[in-house]
Amino acid sequence: MKETKIFEKPKSMVDVTTHYCPGCTHGVAHRLVAEIIDELGIQEKTVAVAPVGCAVFLYNYINVDAYEAAHGRAPAVASACKRLLPDHIVFSYQGDGDLASIGMAEIVHAANRGEHITVVFLNNAIYGMTGGQMAPTTLVGQKATTCPLGRDPKLAGYPIRMCEMLSTLQAPAYIARVSVAKPKYTLKAKEALRKAFQTQIDGKGFSFVEILSTCPTNWGLRPVDATNWLEEHMMPEFPLGEFKTPA
Amino acid sequence: MAKGRVGVNEERCKSCGLCVAACPMKVLRISDKINSKGYRPVEQFKEGCIACKMCAITCPDVVLEVFLLEDDKACNA
Repeated sequence: MKETKIFEKPKSMVDVTTHYCPGCTHGVAHRLVAEIIDELGIQEKTVAVAPVGCAVFLYNYINVDAYEAAHGRAPAVASACKRLLPDHIVFSYQGDGDLASIGMAEIVHAANRGEHITVVFLNNAIYGMTGGQMAPTTLVGQKATTCPLGRDPKLAGYPIRMCEMLSTLQAPAYIARVSVAKPKYTLKAKEALRKAFQTQIDGKGFSFVEILSTCPTNWGLRPVDATNWLEEHMMPEFPLGEFKTPA
Repeated sequence: MAKGRVGVNEERCKSCGLCVAACPMKVLRISDKINSKGYRPVEQFKEGCIACKMCAITCPDVVLEVFLLEDDKACNA
């Protein structure tokens, strides 16, 4: 019997245990980014910009040069880095509290300027690290510690759809929404991430990938139930697909 | 059908069970062992793995490695 290894940890991923809760799909998104970096052979010239939030230790898990940006400011830091080092591949990795709330100005203007960066946006519809507060992306009726009876649109409005909003701008080259809840979505998510990084390598402009993700701890669900909840509740509110592709 | 085997890095596993749910052949389960972080790592408890990699693709902690098993003879049809 001959054994061939057909799946292993990507080389640009550090061999440590992550601090994420069991079943948190941040790890899947990290792995996909690392796989793309390996497959495109860009580890030596890639710069990551880590956010504030659960993914704050991104630089401990993906073995590339990295910045840690102030809360929400990752697209601004990434823009500066890309302008100073145009031959490098610069990406930011941000959660929904970081990108869609405090960092709303930075992401909209980085997208509108058509900065040649890639933004990986992890949307789990809640503030994870700070303890499960309502985020701009929290669904109507979804419970969080700051809306214990569920989000009330009369008080807190409706979830922000970042992909739809950014795709009204003229400058962005690639905008897509994917998920990593189940293998069938994860395979498509990897293709979207590959296109996003390729868009930057080809110098076509700003690329943005929103990844629908689970937060079993703060949703109060078992990991497998959380993936089903995402499919049932988040996907109708945040439809998957490509919103903009480079011409 | 291809034959496979799943390797588990037991120290990294957080027993979330996503791989158990993703496996189409139902050859994975949460074991009785306990790792140094106090989690019960997943294990392949029977033959029947088809090397589809669904478990490894869904694992958030990159715990699993998948091996494809082939007979030494070139043709086993």
